[in-house]
Amino acid sequence: MSEVPDQLLFTEDHEWLRLEDDGDVTVGITDHAQAALGELVFVEVPETGAEFAEGDACAVVESVKAASDVYCPLSGEVTEVNEALADEPELVNSSPYEDGWIFRLRPTDATVLDEMMDAEAYERYLAELED
Amino acid sequence: MTEQLIFEYRSAGRKGFAPIAAGEPNLPADFLRQDDPLLPTASELDVVRHYTRLSQLNFSIDTHFYPLGSCTMKYNPRVCNRLAMLPQFLARHPLAAVEHGQGFMQTLYELQQMLEVATGMNAVSLTPMAGAQGEFAGVAMIRAYHDARGDTERRQIIVPDAAHGTNPATATMCGCDVVEVPTRADGDLDIDKLRAVVGPQTAGIMLTNPSTLGVFERQIKEIATLVHDAGGLLYYDGANLNAILGKTAPGAMGFDVVHVNLHKTFSTPHGGGGPGSGAVGVGAKLRPFLPIPYVMHDTKGGYYWATEATCPQSIGRLSAFMGNAGVLLRAYVYMRMLGSKGMQRVSDFSVLNANYLMVRLQEAGFTLAYPERRASHEFVVSLKQITRDTGVTAMDFAKALLDHGFHAPTTYFPLLVPECLLIEPTESESRQTLDAFVHAMADIRQQAYDDADAVKQAPLNMPVRRLDDVRAAKQPDLTWKRD
Amino acid sequence: MPFIPHTDDDVTAMLAAIGVTSLDKLFEEIPAELRIAGLDAVGPALSEAEISRLMQRRARADGEPLCFIGAGAYDHYVPAAVWDIATRGEFYSAYTPYQAEASQGTLQVIYEFQTMLASLTGLDVSNASLYDGATAFAEACLMAVRANRRNKSRKILVARSLSPVYREVAAGMLKGQGITLVELPLQDGCCDLAALQSLGGDYAAVAVQQPSFLGTLEQVDHITDWAHANNALMIGVVNPTSLALLKPPGQWGSNGADIACGEGQPLGVPLSAGGPYIGFMVCAAAVVRQMPGRIVGRTVDIDGKPGFTLTLQAREQHIRRSRATSNICTNQGLVATAATIYMALMGATGLREVARSCNANTGSLVAALTALPGVAPAFGQPYFHEAALRLDRPVGPVLDALSKQGVLGGFDLSRDYPELGHTLLVCATETRGTEDIKAYASVMSDVFGVAA
Repeated sequence: MSEVPDQLLFTEDHEWLRLEDDGDVTVGITDHAQAALGELVFVEVPETGAEFAEGDACAVVESVKAASDVYCPLSGEVTEVNEALADEPELVNSSPYEDGWIFRLRPTDATVLDEMMDAEAYERYLAELED
Repeated sequence: MTEQLIFEYRSAGRKGFAPIAAGEPNLPADFLRQDDPLLPTASELDVVRHYTRLSQLNFSIDTHFYPLGSCTMKYNPRVCNRLAMLPQFLARHPLAAVEHGQGFMQTLYELQQMLEVATGMNAVSLTPMAGAQGEFAGVAMIRAYHDARGDTERRQIIVPDAAHGTNPATATMCGCDVVEVPTRADGDLDIDKLRAVVGPQTAGIMLTNPSTLGVFERQIKEIATLVHDAGGLLYYDGANLNAILGKTAPGAMGFDVVHVNLHKTFSTPHGGGGPGSGAVGVGAKLRPFLPIPYVMHDTKGGYYWATEATCPQSIGRLSAFMGNAGVLLRAYVYMRMLGSKGMQRVSDFSVLNANYLMVRLQEAGFTLAYPERRASHEFVVSLKQITRDTGVTAMDFAKALLDHGFHAPTTYFPLLVPECLLIEPTESESRQTLDAFVHAMADIRQQAYDDADAVKQAPLNMPVRRLDDVRAAKQPDLTWKRD
Repeated sequence: MPFIPHTDDDVTAMLAAIGVTSLDKLFEEIPAELRIAGLDAVGPALSEAEISRLMQRRARADGEPLCFIGAGAYDHYVPAAVWDIATRGEFYSAYTPYQAEASQGTLQVIYEFQTMLASLTGLDVSNASLYDGATAFAEACLMAVRANRRNKSRKILVARSLSPVYREVAAGMLKGQGITLVELPLQDGCCDLAALQSLGGDYAAVAVQQPSFLGTLEQVDHITDWAHANNALMIGVVNPTSLALLKPPGQWGSNGADIACGEGQPLGVPLSAGGPYIGFMVCAAAVVRQMPGRIVGRTVDIDGKPGFTLTLQAREQHIRRSRATSNICTNQGLVATAATIYMALMGATGLREVARSCNANTGSLVAALTALPGVAPAFGQPYFHEAALRLDRPVGPVLDALSKQGVLGGFDLSRDYPELGHTLLVCATETRGTEDIKAYASVMSDVFGVAA
């Protein structure tokens, strides 16, 4: 069973989001997603300053056997990216919710967050996928 | 058993070639390179031994049963190679005058005609250099057809979720959007879902039939009508033509354009990953858009090339010259040796072998992905239950088969079936070989339940054991460097 | 039955095991209205002896005229060992090396190929090969657009002196994705550097061929620096034989080209009517994740023993599907094997001797032909192993007359370059020695109606 921390929000594409104190949103992929991909060998992060609309492909996570786009869960401008992933992509595997975060975004409209799944809803969603 | 790198046969000044009478070059100094490229310094015997030894590290059709699903690893007759490498064919410059190439061009012309017959199409161009390039040509023709009619909003290509990866990748290359349609549990396309996605935005649909799941798509007529009624065209991916040769044809099924993998159905060598050849055939609608050059014939001019001048609506050229000409000669020799009856036997016996192997594996305790269906020339086995029971995966089975002297079937494709093996024996293999393969599979299955860890250790008898793919990708070592 | 081992007893036993009474029952899932009556139009089968006789007759009828055409395909000597070894069954009849443990031979050959190509071009990373030079160029353009992070332009500036057919193939492959080629004009057979200076900087890449399609040598250092100063990547289309002598793309300008590509046919591949040839592509390490096609890497097995495997596969269609770098699946594996064996036999010294000999022979050919009244050099530029000659009359009829006397006299440039007038492109490799050149000059003087 994969780990699903309480305080985060989730998307159906298995991204997690955390609203920071300064209004930015940190984005990564969930424990379930990293386990499905296997050990990551490369993460392509977006460029700081890039602007994305909701649903745009903005990062790529690659393992030996799979590659998956990370879709921007809400519109906004990238304020920071996790540079450590360039040398240590496996941080996404070992610490998907902490050291393995991928980028931070300044949302154009933070109210979209209200529509995202909370931990409980995401766990239900995962259980449905299992069937 | 391994072999050092050719660069490690180092002996300064040693040469593997006979000296060439060189005149004095005349090149300004600022264009010249100052360093020597890192090429080997080895004698001819060093080179011959090195590459002969390397060849011996490979599995191949000539040495091993190679039941690789979707790849049609049939015997590659030696005579095809010998005749394609006749000195005059090898010496022919691609831009040589046609009067010095009538024999070559007649051969290509007759190959076009034979492929028209085999596919039920109206015209054929041999220029695509691989299946994927044939797909590109096909989708580009579909776009050109719609555009020529002023129907410029059709940008969606529909593919089944079971399709080869090249299908969606091709659609993207052609600037189209990809729409995936799911497959039903019985292996046929979910036609209600298809109905929901076809419309005025549909450029076409790409299908393989029999599908990548090893079954014949029984609703093909209905699919063709549905897509045609919406104004779209049908593309036939010829990957599995071996299963239906002479029984039905893409033309009879309603397809508008097809590519044929000559390296599968018509037995040209896979060569360790190419060259392939992806000849395309079209119905009357797409004929003006065929890629050039192809061979034309009339009694006055003999054989000559179709060019920009004769085919102004063509999608143009896909290679610098005439595609993989030498591959075409090999396919021609093979097809002439089969003749019409031999072509029928290709499908008869490839399908016989697949169904026999499928039944025998089921008897040996394996689970079929589509047990209610007749196999085409290949079939899918799911190892999901074995993996649940023992932890032994399709990958482990593949590696264990190598230790038994069999190349592995295709693993983890089609993507729809978990822990799957896609098995294609081809018509070349004898009943004895198939029986031996069943025994090996049964042995591995037994071993999985008795001692799963032992299976996970495989292979033990190969030149190397399982390789560290993560290291290969994270610390890429892609060229040798001098110490 | 040719190529089918089954006896009647086998068939009977196998049908019984399946539980059907005839072979035809196996096709019962194909709806009856889709069945065809057979393939009678293909005609009867020929025996191995019969097809051999037929093919030999056709080959002989085509003859072996004396060839001075280059234009992208070059008649070099191919040592016997090259194809004897490459067509061993273990190379010839193997599949793509997806099962690495059973494909170490093919994989190591590709790793050696990659090393040789990287070194020849002076760049970091080679792929396992592409179809041919034209498609390699098209893929290089697509790659440059993906890889250029500083400039999102969908235009590529391409020298008019770059092969016309490469430009045509690329334009066709790029069109669907809305990428266009913009022409950098010609000045005395080379890129017009003054025109370059006046252009704005909105290009994803600049592409130049060295030596050019017209045989001339381009000012690649200058053009490379211009490209980089204008946030464009630099693509060099190069001839591998010439790289034994000429400055490699990795050393062009201050920082080197970003991508080199071209036709590998000169490396041990016979003319063979146009294929199979072998496209190659080499790039700087920074852009490798945008490279199309297969790549082999060296790694270790679970016992720590070195071995080879396909790597960086997440770029490819079988994993990334609609978002792959290309739809390419195959490489020209067998041809790459032959090219590797050729380079191993020749070494740097042998390849340099071939290149020197080509350059010298073409010089002799130009001297012999321009000695005739009505034939003059078209440009005042240095050339490698091809040269453009200006004739005092249309080229087509001259080539026809030469061909009737068994000489393929060169490539007529007037269709692709009408502005050059009656211009003929000729080539002499190391296999066209003094006697051959004399023979050509003699036939040419007949055609021109002057005494030799």
